[in-house]
Amino acid sequence: MTLKSLLLAASVAAMPVAALAEGAVKVGMITTLSGGGAGLGIDVRDGFMLAVKQSGNDAIEVVIEDDQRKPDIAVQLADKMIQSEKVDVLTGIIWSNLAMAVVPGATAQGKFYLSPNAGPSALAGKGCHKNYFNVAWQNDNLHEAAGAYANSAGYKNSFILAPNYPAGKDALTGYKRQYGGGLAGEVFTQLGQTDYASEIAQIRASGADSVFFFLPGGMGISFLKQYADSGVDLPVVGPAFSFDQGILQAVGAAALGVKNTSQWNKDIDNPANAAFVASFQAEYGRLPSLYASQGFDTANLLLSAMAKADVKDTDAFRAALEAADFASVRGNFAFGSNHHPVQNIYVREVIQEGDVFTNKIIGTALENHADVYAADCKM
Amino acid sequence: MTRETVVNAALTLGLLIVPMWALMADEPFIITLATRVAILALAGVGLNIALGLGGLVSLGHAAFFGLGGYAMGILASHAQSYTPLITWPVGIEGTTSMPLIWLVAVLAAGLGALVIGALSLRTSGVYFIMITLAFGQMLYYFAISWPAYGGEDGLSIYLRNGFPGLNTLVPIQFLALCYGLLAIALILSARLAASPFGLALNAARQSAARVQAVGLSPYRLRLVAFVISGMITGLAGALFADLNRFVSPTMFSWQTSGEIMVFVILGGVGRLFGPVAGAAVFIILEHVLGGISDYWHIYLGALLLLIVLFARGGLIGLLAGKAAHHG
Amino acid sequence: MSPILLIEQVLNGLQFGMMLFLMSAGLTLVFGVMGLINLAHGSLFMIGAFAAAAVAAATGSFLLALVASLAAAAAAGALVEVLVIRRLYARDHLDQVLATFALILIFSEGTRWVFGSFPLFLNIPPYLSGPVTLPGGIEYPLYRLTLIAVGGLVALGLYLLITRTRLGIRIRAGESDREMIAALGVDIQRLYTLVFALGAALAGLAGALVGAIQSVQVGMGEPVLILAFVVIVIGGIGSVKGALVGALLVGVTDTLGRALLPGFFGLFMEPSAAMSMGSSLASMLIYILMAVVLIAKPSGLYGATV
Repeated sequence: MTLKSLLLAASVAAMPVAALAEGAVKVGMITTLSGGGAGLGIDVRDGFMLAVKQSGNDAIEVVIEDDQRKPDIAVQLADKMIQSEKVDVLTGIIWSNLAMAVVPGATAQGKFYLSPNAGPSALAGKGCHKNYFNVAWQNDNLHEAAGAYANSAGYKNSFILAPNYPAGKDALTGYKRQYGGGLAGEVFTQLGQTDYASEIAQIRASGADSVFFFLPGGMGISFLKQYADSGVDLPVVGPAFSFDQGILQAVGAAALGVKNTSQWNKDIDNPANAAFVASFQAEYGRLPSLYASQGFDTANLLLSAMAKADVKDTDAFRAALEAADFASVRGNFAFGSNHHPVQNIYVREVIQEGDVFTNKIIGTALENHADVYAADCKM
Repeated sequence: MTRETVVNAALTLGLLIVPMWALMADEPFIITLATRVAILALAGVGLNIALGLGGLVSLGHAAFFGLGGYAMGILASHAQSYTPLITWPVGIEGTTSMPLIWLVAVLAAGLGALVIGALSLRTSGVYFIMITLAFGQMLYYFAISWPAYGGEDGLSIYLRNGFPGLNTLVPIQFLALCYGLLAIALILSARLAASPFGLALNAARQSAARVQAVGLSPYRLRLVAFVISGMITGLAGALFADLNRFVSPTMFSWQTSGEIMVFVILGGVGRLFGPVAGAAVFIILEHVLGGISDYWHIYLGALLLLIVLFARGGLIGLLAGKAAHHG
Repeated sequence: MSPILLIEQVLNGLQFGMMLFLMSAGLTLVFGVMGLINLAHGSLFMIGAFAAAAVAAATGSFLLALVASLAAAAAAGALVEVLVIRRLYARDHLDQVLATFALILIFSEGTRWVFGSFPLFLNIPPYLSGPVTLPGGIEYPLYRLTLIAVGGLVALGLYLLITRTRLGIRIRAGESDREMIAALGVDIQRLYTLVFALGAALAGLAGALVGAIQSVQVGMGEPVLILAFVVIVIGGIGSVKGALVGALLVGVTDTLGRALLPGFFGLFMEPSAAMSMGSSLASMLIYILMAVVLIAKPSGLYGATV
């Protein structure tokens, strides 16, 4: 198995464990590898390990564990990594609620945490920490970009929906923050809901001119298929999560032409990205997803800091991370004052290439965009 | 001395020796795992009173586990942010004192069990399983969508709550505390089974009509057992939240109910030490198998299946032979 | 809310209810005849959906996919019945719950092992896609109308099977007295395998039909399983008629609750609080319905009194 051999290579290279070389870093990756949400965790892990492999750096050792998408398991694994594996850096968590369970404790114990996916607002604002770095986005970012796109597309009356949980409420808040038009309706769905006939009927009756939705994972697949079949043909816009490489094949033609917002796509034109997309396909035999790109960037950020400073010298290492001196597959990448990205967010359109569904960039929704919570962050 | 007593003594000894060894070998994570075992076993001891003694198959004990957890989360988060819990009619502040939190957790879970039990015990058999499940799900969805205390994100507590005279942040001291509570619950549970109340309850499980004929109300007996059961599970919930320094709606999910039940059945229904054995084996399996493969749930499932099919009476039954009182 | 929208929502509720009925019919049959609680029923739903997606991808035919879903789920059902379930009939409900919980773990991760971690594609066939206009100017998806019809046909088929055929007589006899019909020379083991496979096939069919408008992914069975349990408990365990009534009741309550409650709270609360409150209550509604039914009728609407 590719992963096992990678792991083996990474850990054999770093042996003997007791006598790690000067500047060596031990990384604990807690991510979702089993159950329904496993696709995201596997992508983050594969992207991360690809970067580690490509670097040829033998001073990095990665311990990977499966959190089963359960917050209490994630906390237990974090304890294990900190107490018995004695890792220097933690990373890998996909879901905001798991991040909220793990990150405050880990950073309080002096560990670095690099987030490859989740960016809850509490950790960007009042709850920010000098050892917490988010390499993906603050949760609101992609929704804000969707709102900005809605303005530029001239939408005046959006119908918006998201699941009834904190990330869902943040999504609608994020959209409304940038969107200037009126609302035809605002609906909270049930978390894990699979049937959207009732909501689609409301959309049809609402007189809206556009639909914004945030329904991650299987919920988005269900919604899009049912929406496409309903005969309602209002334009749809949403964040990249429901249109990513991993799930587009399952949505199929129902997603064609939909505009979605993302900080990355495989056609961003820079050498790092071209090399990443080609090597990921060669290594794993599938197109990389947004999550894979985030895992890849996270590893490269870490490697860039390792080249500059010893992880035991916390202040120097932190400064090296802050510099973000690596070739991001997104092109320009910098950290804001709260250690969250300042980056471009693009508008993508779902297209078909041969028999594969994928995205292409059609414009930039927000340039050098930072989050609104940075002002509350006192480090 | 029966074989079951020997097995129980061996379990007790094992639970004491392993953390001692871990302390010596500087393996703090083993202590954390042992704490987890103790807390989950406590939840199981609670369920076992309803399940083993009362014959009440509750698939909704996550409700009490979660109530205990949220009692801790809500009190500690108010103390953490220095905001009063309520200001009217009297001002009540949050707290970080464990004994106080435990009291609130036990009361909240007991009250929950009283309401849920009073309604659910009107039914029996599969209907009882399902109605307890339904109450658990109600609380689960309520916790997810109720914004005041974090919704699905849950609540993080930065410091473990305090206990007079102990530093609970030191893993071994928190473990000692959990062991102490587990021991008390075990003693209580043994006393309860031997008491007139326990005997009447056991009789009601076997033949409700006869109990009724001697002038006792099976409904009341069961309700009292259900409330005691819920209280102990609620206490476990508060400890579990303190172990993780975190509460979330997953504590209310039906999978949590299922897992607590798995501990009890795995160990042996109605056996005093059944939940202890079950929780210990489950955590060890999860820990060992998780490292073997991405698809470790398959092995876990296969093992559980083999135990149900071929080791009737659970692990304790396997080691100690057939129980005297429960078939 | 306009009358047209209301009618549309009732139709949505009916359709959702019919899908729940397909899931619950098998569950309630298996319970009624064998006295078995099968938590792994949701896994059979998932197997049906995955088999359909695989066959649809290979052949391009939706009808073949449906046949495959029936066959795969029935085969999986018969297999676990012979290997595992058969040993559980004489056990108490506890052992059944634990063993079938273990089966969920095995089925879910086994499916992920075979098909990978990403959702599969399964779509509505072109001849059933798109909306049709109903009398009164309601636009409604043809596929959902088809689902209502399929549910109705299955209900009718089951009714005929149970009341008019030899197998049905045995099923009813097995429900009331299993020792007696064994003594009368009926091969009870074969009957049980058959009933279990029939229940599994219905779940598989539901999985395939629903898979076309939802996401075909690991774990898709569990939320539906819980709903199916709610349905059979409301209807009375063991009663197919109860499953039908319970399913429609749950389907309509859930759909109308989601559609109407936020607006209802909006009458006397500010919009965002009403939205939040309404959605919370809507997600608890069917469990409240179930609790109320059980408190009023402790063995469900059509259950035999315990």
